[in-house]
Amino acid sequence: MKRRDVLLASLGILVVWQIAAMLVNRSILPTPFVVLKVFFEELGGDLPLHFAASLWRVLAGMLLSVLTAVPAGLGIGGSRRLNRIFSPVIYLLYPIPKVVFVPVVLLFLGIGNLAKIVVIFLILFFQIVVLVRDQAAGLAPQLLQSLRSLGAGRRALFRFVYLPASLPAILTALRQSVGTAVAVLYIAELFATRRGLGYYIYYQGSTLLNYPAMYAGVLAMSLLGLGLYFTVDWMERKLCPWKFVD
Amino acid sequence: MIQLHSLSFGYPQSKPIFNDFNWQVQRGETWAVLGTSGCGKTTLLYLLAGLQFPTSGQILIDEKPLTRPRPRTGLILQDYGLLPWATVRQNAELGLKVRNFYGADGVHTPQDYHPERDVTPWLERLGIASIAEKYPAQISGGQRQRAAIARTLALQPTLLLMDEPFSSLDAIIREDLQQLMLELCAEGGITLVIVTHNIEEAAAMGRKILLLGTPPNHEAHVFENSTVGQPNYRESKAYQTLCQTLRKELSRETA
Repeated sequence: MKRRDVLLASLGILVVWQIAAMLVNRSILPTPFVVLKVFFEELGGDLPLHFAASLWRVLAGMLLSVLTAVPAGLGIGGSRRLNRIFSPVIYLLYPIPKVVFVPVVLLFLGIGNLAKIVVIFLILFFQIVVLVRDQAAGLAPQLLQSLRSLGAGRRALFRFVYLPASLPAILTALRQSVGTAVAVLYIAELFATRRGLGYYIYYQGSTLLNYPAMYAGVLAMSLLGLGLYFTVDWMERKLCPWKFVD
Repeated sequence: MIQLHSLSFGYPQSKPIFNDFNWQVQRGETWAVLGTSGCGKTTLLYLLAGLQFPTSGQILIDEKPLTRPRPRTGLILQDYGLLPWATVRQNAELGLKVRNFYGADGVHTPQDYHPERDVTPWLERLGIASIAEKYPAQISGGQRQRAAIARTLALQPTLLLMDEPFSSLDAIIREDLQQLMLELCAEGGITLVIVTHNIEEAAAMGRKILLLGTPPNHEAHVFENSTVGQPNYRESKAYQTLCQTLRKELSRETA
């Protein structure tokens, strides 16, 4: 994706938004100019604090899921026996929409950051486990045989084959789930907190009826998702250069 | 170098592939193992590589029974087995990296091994130094096979096993690589066992040719091919005659 194209697309969205706001002509849909003005004003207020709280929860959830799901996925994908035992379990648990557990997790883990991080972790964990497992299980037998013949035992196979092979799977899983993670973050931040963009959006829109500020919060949340998305993209370019050659 | 003593092998729930099979390979010899698909030639190679084990009987390599992959045996497969995320150079270094990872433990790595990294001489010898920084997806099949060969030869094997290494390559590239392999094995005093279903390849590469028929294989059916490797061998009468003989024997074996 070129930077210029992203800029053009942003401009296009702003134009459509402007036209829609003018047609609707109600306080519930302010024009982008009003929202941007409030957004920059709010940057001097509490908005950065809410942004930081949300960012921390998403990052912690991502990190926790990568650290646990990658070994799990590699273990299951690398061993036929473990795969036979755990794959049915994953198939049963994977399609359950984890967001329904938000109230339960809150009840179990309390109102602190941990509950919100765990909700995000639950979603990402399964995505990453499934993709890393498939990647590990799908490695060509010829590749493994030729490495064994070079003297590689189990440890060397993990170090030189399974681990590097899982890298693109991790990044794909992260990219696919960044959107979901941010959406779930919003739900999780509706409950029992006074920090975070989810809380901010809900509070401004539903309690204060300050729609421009609410949209400024939505903008901040979009920027959060976009930033994460671009970061994953950038990491993929840095860590998997072989995927980008022609 | 290699001794097979009354070797038997079969996959579970299918009829045996080798039954009381004896075979010997001397050091520095160049062998081609010829047969149609399902005759057990790839199985034989995996047994020699220590990736599979006989149901009964014994495989001795350098007078020692084979119980696991031997650090001084190289295996090259039709499918190259290159890492897609590593450049040609990194792929060629892989065997050395595995050795450096274990250190000279005598199990994964020969005991007299000195840590080494530089594969440049091998890349040059195989003619792939100019594409060293490219990824496998960016190069041709012949170049990929050259990278796989460089990776194996960098480990300085005494025994080299090849499974249909050139069968997916164009004729000209294939003949070049066959010639190059014979030269490299002669230079390094490497014992070569190459498995193929291609009669011309067997005749052009094997100083001795082992013919495998419909399993179970019981007796080693061996053809001598003493003039192989001489200039313009492919145009010679001996080569033509051998090809005809092998074709006749092969169709009789599989009839």
